[in-house]
This record gives sequence, C-alpha cells and structure tokens, in this order.
Amino acid sequence: MSLRSVLIVYRKEMLDSLRDRRTIISMVVIPILVFPLLVVGMGYLADTMFSKARQEVSQVMLLGGEDSPRVTAALKALTKVEIVPPSPDYAEQISNKLIRAAVQIPPGFDSALDRGQSEKIAVYYYEGEIKSSFAKETLQTFFADYRDQTVKVHLAAHDLPPSLLEPFKVEEKNVAPPEKVGGNALGGIIPYFVIILCLTGAMYPAMDMTAGEKERGTMETILCSPVSRTDLVVGKFLMVLTASLATAVFSVTSMALSFLLAKRYMNVAPGADSPFQMTIGLKGVFAVFFMVLPLSVLFSAMMLAIALFAKSFREAQSYLSPLTFVVIMPAVASFLPGIELNARTALIPILSTSLVSKEIVGGTYHWGYIALIFAASCVYASIGIAAAVHLFNREDVLFRV
Amino acid sequence: MIEALKLGKVFPGTKKRDKVLAVNDVSFRCEPGQIYGLLGANGAGKTTTLRILATILRPTSGTAVVAGYDVNREPAKVRAHVGFLSTATALYGRLTAQEMVEYFGRLYGLDEDRLHRDIDQIFTTLEMNDFRDRPCEKLSTGMKQKVSIARTLIHDPPVMIFDEPTVGLDVMTARTIVSFIRHCRERGKTVIFSTHVMSEVEKLCDRIGIIHTGRILAEGSLAELRERYREQDLEEIFVRVVGEGS
Repeated sequence: MSLRSVLIVYRKEMLDSLRDRRTIISMVVIPILVFPLLVVGMGYLADTMFSKARQEVSQVMLLGGEDSPRVTAALKALTKVEIVPPSPDYAEQISNKLIRAAVQIPPGFDSALDRGQSEKIAVYYYEGEIKSSFAKETLQTFFADYRDQTVKVHLAAHDLPPSLLEPFKVEEKNVAPPEKVGGNALGGIIPYFVIILCLTGAMYPAMDMTAGEKERGTMETILCSPVSRTDLVVGKFLMVLTASLATAVFSVTSMALSFLLAKRYMNVAPGADSPFQMTIGLKGVFAVFFMVLPLSVLFSAMMLAIALFAKSFREAQSYLSPLTFVVIMPAVASFLPGIELNARTALIPILSTSLVSKEIVGGTYHWGYIALIFAASCVYASIGIAAAVHLFNREDVLFRV
Repeated sequence: MIEALKLGKVFPGTKKRDKVLAVNDVSFRCEPGQIYGLLGANGAGKTTTLRILATILRPTSGTAVVAGYDVNREPAKVRAHVGFLSTATALYGRLTAQEMVEYFGRLYGLDEDRLHRDIDQIFTTLEMNDFRDRPCEKLSTGMKQKVSIARTLIHDPPVMIFDEPTVGLDVMTARTIVSFIRHCRERGKTVIFSTHVMSEVEKLCDRIGIIHTGRILAEGSLAELRERYREQDLEEIFVRVVGEGS
C-alpha cells in the first residue's frame, strides 16, 4: 500500500465531497440544525404551550352544592377557575373541550363537614388532555387545602395542636452525582444518537463514491490509473470515515450547545426533573467517541462494500436503507431494562457500544468491558475493511451488468 | 509496443446468464509509431480486449506485454505506461478541468513542478486555458473530450488505448479525437484503437484486426486485406469475414 496514493485519493474525494451540496447537507447542515430545532425549538414550543395552558382560567362545572354555600363560595373565589352552571351533559362538554372539568358536591356537604362526617367529592376530567389535567390539579389542590383547613378548625375546637395534621415529614435526598442523574435520564439516548448519526453521515458519501462513480462513468477512468485498488479503497474509506465522524462531532457539539442554551434560557429550576439538567463531562464525551470510533470504521467499510455492489445510486439506496434498521435494532435494545452489559453482550456489535457508552455517560467505567468491546469492535472493523478491499478487487462487482 | 499472446476471457455464468466467452485466443502485435485498429460489431469482444490491455480486467488465459510489462505480473506498471480513453471514461463533474488533470498526474507519480509545467503546455496546445478553472460538469462535450485527452497525455505514455472514442460525439469533436490519434502516431506512440466505423479505420489504421465473437478472424494492413479478399470496400470485406467466421 502506498500512503502517497491513499492521501492523493483522500484529498480528491474530500474536495469532491465538499463541493457536493448533498454531502454538505447530510454531513454538516442536518447535524447542526437537528438538535437546536429538536431541543430548543420543541422545548420552547412545549414550554410556551404549557405556560399558556397553566395561565388559562379553566371553566369548571359545579354539580350540586346548592345547600353548601361555604364550599361553593370558596370555589367561586378561585382566580384560575370560572364556575359554569350545571348541565346533565357535563361529560360530553368535557370531551368536546367546552369545559375543562366538573366537580360534584354531595348534598349537605357543609353541614356534614361540621358534624365531622366523611364525604366524597367527585372531579370529572379528561385523561391525557393537558388543559383538563391542569383544571383537575387546581381542583385537587383546592380540596386538599380545604380539607386541611377543615381539620385545623376541628383540631382547634378540641384544643389540639395543628401538628397532629402532619405528625411527621418525609424528605427525599438524592445521593447520585449530577452526571449520574443525567446518565440515567438521557444517557442511553446520547450514544444512540451518536451511533445512528455515524451511520447516516457515512451513508451518502459511501454511495456517491461507489455506485455514484459507476453511474457517472468515472469508475473506469480511475481504474485505468496506476493507483492500486487497495489504495483506492483505503482513500475512499478514509473519506467516508471522515464524513461519518464529522457528522457525529457536529451533531454532538450542536446537541451540547442546544442543551446549554436550553438550560440558560428556559429557567429550569435547579434540581427540577428536566432533561436539561443533565451534566456530562468532557471526559465522558471523549470516551463515548473513543468507543464509537471502531464502530464508525465498521459502518464506513461495510457501507462502502455494500454500495459497491450496486449499479446505480438508486440501487445503492435500496441496499443501504435496510441497514439503518439493522443498526437501530441493537442500539434500541440497549434501552430495554433486562439487557445489561456482560461478557456475552460485549461481543455483539453496536449493542455493546451502546451499552458501554450508556455506562460511560452515567460516570461508570468498566475498564475490562471497555477493552473487550473496543478490541471486538476493532476486529469487526478490520473484517469490514478487508471485505471492502476484497470487493474492489472483484471484476464481477466493479463491472456488474 | 503491444503484444497480445493468446488472450482469453471468460465471464462466469450467473443465475440469469450463462458463462460468456468474451475473448478467445486473441493474438496480435502493434509496434511503436503504428495504429492498430480493432474492428468489430457491438459485443464482438473489442472493449474486453482493450480493458485487458489496460489491466482493468484480468485475462483468464494467455497474456499480453504492454510497453515491456506483462499485464498479469506487473499491472500497475502497465497502467503507468498507458493512456486509456473511451466514451466510458468520464470526468469528475465537480472538479475543474485543471484539478482533474492534476489528480491523475499526481496518481501517475509526477512531481508538482513537472506536473504544472506539463499541464500548462498541454492546456496551451489543446487550447484549454479558457476553461481550465471551470467544473467539468459545466463543460461542452468537445471541452470534456479535450480534458479527457489531457488526462491521458499528462504522464506522456508510450502506449495509447482508445476504445470507441468517437461514439456519440458530433462531427467536430470526433475530428478532434481522430487528429489527436494521428498526432500520437506521429510522436512515435503505440496506438490501439477499437471502432465499428469503417471510415475511421480507413483513415487511421496501419494494421487492422477484424474481431467477431471474441476471435480475431482476419488481420493485416488495409492493402493486404483488400488484396486477400479482392475487394476495395472495407465494409464488404468486414461482412465477408464475419459471415465466413460465423
């Protein structure tokens, strides 16, 4: 193999690809835009919609309560609720979003409370409908406060301290470090995205440099130059790998910036249960890249070899599109609760990288598995490169008619 | 010099197709300063023979010596001494004319000084300076052919192989190619040229090989063939040779 020839081929492929609008879109534009749009755009939209829904005054139908002026007056005094007159079709009105909820006050509610008798209040709402759920929450909070108030009055009447209402408190304290919290919340998703983007980033250049060349008639031109087929395939492979890694680097950088922006501008309270709270160290990011590198090598070589079989770009697309599912399946499997990192799963390509990256993002480094998975991935990647070189030397593949 | 020695090429059969004997026991010789014309109908085995000589394909039997190197043993050296041009050898559309020729010059191992000196000279000779920085995809057919010619000449190869170089070209562009082939002979290069256009063979070739179903059925200079078949018209000679060989 001649390093000079490999670099000449690589340089030319790089120049050629950088002038191709489609490569730039798949390698740079999409990875840079996807995450800000997804995280900031969607997050902003959801945030706006939620605050708007929360600020809305919910129309709630009051059923009964004519003989209980205290509770009805308290309900009517709520600023976030507008009480509407009763109607027998309340359920339909809730379903049709004409009102958000209905509350049923049993007869003689006020006097039953005075007697210390337990009563049942029904709140009707529409499960899954955000505005209806907010109205239900408002009513729940109101009745919980009203209940506490009633108990306090009864306790005071019997000269008992209000602390009887709450004999003890339960306080929850998190001991996991912030990266662990992030690791659990979104840890699985980051390596998953990196793996998928490595694949999609490699796909277009792999097709363009093989089936695309056949289609455009440049394959024969390059084959009659003195460059050896091994140098040719290695040069092309390095370009596909560059595209694959560049896509992953752009997307992860864009994802990190999106999360930082989201955290900064979306006023997420510290300790709140939000994905924007995750903190992943630079060490974790580099470690994930290190683990994904041999996988990216495997994808690049595999796609180059498969796309070479095709006679046209279109045919190559039909061969490579199903490969996305082959990669997504083991990557998704790493989310499943029963699938853990062990000696057996460490040898399954993609799944192993996905699992170990999840652990790394969560701050746990199983060095034995890391070494095993990296070595196994390197072996698979070498097989992929060898297959690509072998196919580039087969006339029936290069000149398939 | 080119010497084909009992060349054979079999394409293995597939589920859809039986095996194909594309080239069968082909032998011929072409000396420097000569143009050898391989004349045959579509599917006769011309392209396969020329691809073997250019080491794009490997022969299944026999061998050939091109510019002093064996196609089986030293294919890279053969390619380094051959300029191959066909209508199937397209250009990289996103590279400029200059980048295209530079790329191949570098692959042929030329150093940067010589490469740029030779590019300037070739571009001036072929009147390509006006479009040297234009992407190949934006060039006219004639301009593209000039870039292809510059690509085949950049390493100044002693052997030139042309596979139906004028197919699909307009008259003016075809004339450029024909005059280029003649120019190669004048410079002492060994030229092999395949075509099914009789007039091109009559105009250019010093020796002619009539190929049909992978075999060379008749060989000689135009004068020799005319005398052997007692016929002046090359097309008639071709039809007779092919008819007798079938």
